[in-house]
Formats: sequence, C-alpha cells, structure tokens
Amino acid sequence: MSSLTRPTRTTRSRARSPMAAPRSFLWTRRIVLTLLAGFVLLPVYVMVSSSLKPLQDVSGKFQWLPSTLTVQPYFDIWETVPLAKYFVNSLIVAGSATVLSVTIAVFSAYAVSRYRFRGKRVFTVTVLSTQMFPGILFLLPLFLIFVNIGNSTGVALYGSRGGLILTYLTFSLPFSIWMLIGYFDSIPRDLDEAALVDGCGPVRALFQVVVPAAVPGIVAVSVYSFMTAWGEVLFASVMTNDATRTLSVGLQGYATQNDVYWNQVMAASLVVSVPIVVGFLLLQRYLVAGLTAGAVK
Amino acid sequence: MTATVTTDPKVDKSTSRGTSRGTGGARGRLPRVPDRIRRGGLPYLLLLPAVLLELLIHIIPMVIGIVMSFRQLTQFFINNWGAAPWSGLDNYRIAVDIDAPIGEALLHSFFVTCVFTFFSVGLAWLLGTAAAILLQESFRGRGVLRTIFLVPYALPVYAAVITWAFMFQRDNGMINHVLHDQLGITDEPSFWLIGENSLYTLIIVSVWKGWPFAFLMLMAGLQNIPRELYEAASIDGAGIWQQIRRITLPSLRPVNQVLVLVLFLWTFNDFNTPFVLFGKSAPENADLISIHIYQSSFVTWNFGTGSAMSVLLLLFLLIVTAVYLFFTSRGRKGSDV
Repeated sequence: MSSLTRPTRTTRSRARSPMAAPRSFLWTRRIVLTLLAGFVLLPVYVMVSSSLKPLQDVSGKFQWLPSTLTVQPYFDIWETVPLAKYFVNSLIVAGSATVLSVTIAVFSAYAVSRYRFRGKRVFTVTVLSTQMFPGILFLLPLFLIFVNIGNSTGVALYGSRGGLILTYLTFSLPFSIWMLIGYFDSIPRDLDEAALVDGCGPVRALFQVVVPAAVPGIVAVSVYSFMTAWGEVLFASVMTNDATRTLSVGLQGYATQNDVYWNQVMAASLVVSVPIVVGFLLLQRYLVAGLTAGAVK
Repeated sequence: MTATVTTDPKVDKSTSRGTSRGTGGARGRLPRVPDRIRRGGLPYLLLLPAVLLELLIHIIPMVIGIVMSFRQLTQFFINNWGAAPWSGLDNYRIAVDIDAPIGEALLHSFFVTCVFTFFSVGLAWLLGTAAAILLQESFRGRGVLRTIFLVPYALPVYAAVITWAFMFQRDNGMINHVLHDQLGITDEPSFWLIGENSLYTLIIVSVWKGWPFAFLMLMAGLQNIPRELYEAASIDGAGIWQQIRRITLPSLRPVNQVLVLVLFLWTFNDFNTPFVLFGKSAPENADLISIHIYQSSFVTWNFGTGSAMSVLLLLFLLIVTAVYLFFTSRGRKGSDV
C-alpha cells in the first residue's frame, strides 16, 4: 500500500527472472506473437465476415467488408441442407463415442497404472501403435466387417450411428489411455491403497479415490475424444447414409451445386464450430493441466 | 531427461517414504501391494472392453486388409470377398513397379507426402515452440493470446479447411484479392487449389491447423520446468536468451521426442485436410498418399492394389517409428510403457 506514488508500474508478477527482459526479447515477442495471431485469426475473420454477406458479395471479387450486412445466410443454411438433422447426428455420435471411450480408457489406464500383470507391455505398445495405422488401411475391411455382421446377425452397423460410434471411440482410445496412465501414475498410490485397506473393492477405490483426483485429466481426454469424433471426415463419408449423415459430410452439401453458396458455407461452418470452440475454450485450463500431469512428463 | 527434475508438485510428500513415484509406474517396483498382484483376473477384466474394441476396429480389419492385399479384389467380389482369387504378390508388384503408371504415381505420391510432412511438421513445431516460449512469462494479454492460438486446434477440421478453400479460390478468394488486386505482386490471379501451387496451399493450411497442438504440448511441458533452475541461472548472470537456450530447450527434449513422432504420424496419414481442400482427387503436386490410396481403392475399384499400398505404407511407418524410437530410446514409449 505504500507504493502509491510509483510513477511506472512494472508489476511483472511471476517474472521468470528478477532481471527485466532485454528489449530484444520484448520486441521479438511483440512481433512474433502479432504475426502468429494474425495468421490464426485471418480465416476466422473471413469466416465471420463472409457469413454476413449477400450472395453477390461472395460470388464476385473478395471484399473485406460486406456491401450490406445481412444475417439471411444464417436462416438459409437450415433450408439448403437438412443441417439440423446432421447436427443431431453429430451430437449423438460424438457424445456417445466420448462417454464410452473415456469410460473404457479409465478402466484400462487404472489396470495398467496400478497392477502388474502378464502382457501389460504388449497391451500398451499395441494400443499405442494403432495410432500409426493409416485410416485408409482399415476403412475398407471395417466396412466389410460391418456389412457381414449386419448380414449374419441382423445388427445393422453399416450406415448406422452405432457403427460410427464404435469406430470413433477407438480412434481416441489410444491417446486417452496413454494420457490417463500418465495422470494416474502421478496420483499417489497411498490414496487408493488406503481405500483398499479400508475394505473398498478395487473398482470402488477407482471411482471414489482415483477418478475424483484425476478430473482434469479425464476432462482433457473427454475434450480430445469429442473433438476427434466431431471433426472426422473419411469414415463419416463412407459409413453414413442419408439418415445418419453427420456434419462433417453434410457441410459439403452447400458446395455441390454449380453456384457455391459461400456465404452459407461460412455461416454453417461458424454454427458448427461455435459449440465446440466455446466448450474447448472453457475447458482449456483442464486440458493444459491434464497434459501437464499426464502426457508430458 | 535430467534426474534432477522429479519434483512433482502434485505429489503430497506427507508420507515418510517420500520418494515421488510419479513417473514410470510400470518401471518403478511396486511397494507392498501383494494383495493387488494376487487378484490375477481383475486387470484383464478391466482391459477387456478396450481389447475387444481394438480387436474389432483395428486389429482384425488390419489382418483382413493384409489378406486382401494378396487377392485380386475388384468390385465384383465386394459382397463375397472370400471368393476373390488369390494373386500372390501381384498387387505388390503392381504397386512398386515404377516403370508402370500405377507404381510411378505411387512413388510420386510418396515423395510428395515426404516433402509435405517435412515442411508441415517442421513449421508446426517451430511456431509451437516459439509461441510456447514467448508466452511462458506472464504479461498483459497473455491469456487472450493463448486462447486465440488454440482456436485452430478447436475448430472442426472441415469448417476451418473449407474456409481456407474459400480464401484460395481463384476468382473470389481473399488471397488473390490481396496478392493481385491490392498489392499487385502477381501479374494475374493464380490458381492455388490446382497446379503447382497446390502443395504450398496444403502446407500452409496444414501448419495452420497443426501448430496449436505443438504449442499446447510444449506449453504443458514448460510447466514442468522448475523455477529454481531459472533463478539459479539468473543469479549466475545468464540473460533471457541464454536461459532459453540452456534451460528451456534442453528441458523440452523429452516432450519434443514424443511430439515430433506424433506430429509426423498424424501428418503423414492426414486425410481430412486434403480431402476437404481438394475433394476426392487431389492435384498431382499435392497428391498425398492417403488420398492416393483412397483413389486407387474407391474410385478405380481396385481394392487389392489399394490394400497392398496401405500395407507398404504401414511397413514404412513402422520402420521409421522403430528407427526413431531406437535413436531416442529415452522417449516415453520406449521406457515408460
């Protein structure tokens, strides 16, 4: 409170070093970060501004500002393609895939983190190595398996949401398991061992002790799983039909006519991005914390 | 990884044996938990769902894919692929015969993918490192910038890439408007999504989309560098640039080892970006291998050859990864798992 008459406020809270950073560093920081922010925001600006333009603006020469500001594209997008249906499909698929994937990853990571058993190394190495499979390699076989399961058991996987959910949840599983192993390892064993000594079963110890302590890590892998499922294009374009089409395929519906409704494409892109970007930015703190304790050690 | 950096703030050192067992749970010998080892069945039960799903979605399809690569599988056998005639190594011969059009195109596509991956991963890593280090210290606006930088990572691929596709349109795109109309750099509006510029376009979009992940991982890695190191260094008179060179970058090495591998694998296999940017058939200069195989399988209906190409790609990635892990065998995958 005594420093009321300080002319320059150089409050460098949590400065890395007591010394002030040299000018060279400060200028580097300003320039590089400005350039990066510009690079990142350029498409965002194009997306937002173009979505507020009438059609003739986006069909002719590019203009930085709309000739007339209109929100019409935001009403038209629902008519041009059944966007609402795609939205619901994407929500169901991505939501279910996330819940299942994270649950399964929690069980697996708990086993690997807390137990010694035969085949542990084989399991983790195998799960991790599936990351390097080119999706294209098992797209066709998977398609055949789904068709065959459908023909022989009557369980419709091909073209159904269920098939897509199964596929997507395994896409995010390796990363989620790997990250949660790291996270669970950073939780002191004494905590859940105490619960075991108190007579908890191992599964109850997991849910009552380990999971609450690992919330940031679990949120982080949930965000990752959801984003993986929400943005996947290849399998969605092969494995869905008209009724189960998701946003990633449906969005291309604006661009099949001779005249591309670019203003609607941009409006639709924005609409499908908003929920995930807002969710991500709200949870980014958890994501960084989760990565810090889990993946990056 | 220096052995001194094991001070994990999360570990409550209230117990008498206060050694942090935070890392390497598999390696560190477990203390006094005989009761856990005796219950032999439980871990397997916990792993069962993951194993079943991996089998169904990854392992079995991969085996089928390998089997299919030895068969002459065209659209006539799609409903009954078991009846497709065996063709031995024919598909592989076709795929690697660089004097014939198919093999030549595959080799070209492979080279394009290597160039693309090299620049895309390199630039993404560079931007991610720069941003993470420059945002390490707090200053006004840091939180806002951090949020902005993560936007490309959060945006769904198709929404972001289709915006880039719009920007790169020849007649009504932003890029040509700036380069040609406003700055006059190019004599006439260029094509960006076909022809020789398409690879640059693809790299730019890929870097834009990929660098925030590098930034995120490196930012997390920076949090684990103990402050005492910097304090000690500044007492010894090291300036900020020296601190970055002698402390920050070496400390990030373990993170980088994993990060570069993951970026490499994701970028090399990337399908979504070129698919949304160029559609079902990419221009020759930006003909990434995943799109190329997709084309060979689904557009020309030659699944046997497509599978053989996929298997060759997988072998290549396995070899590269194995060599990489051998040379950086202190990476997590090598030791921790």
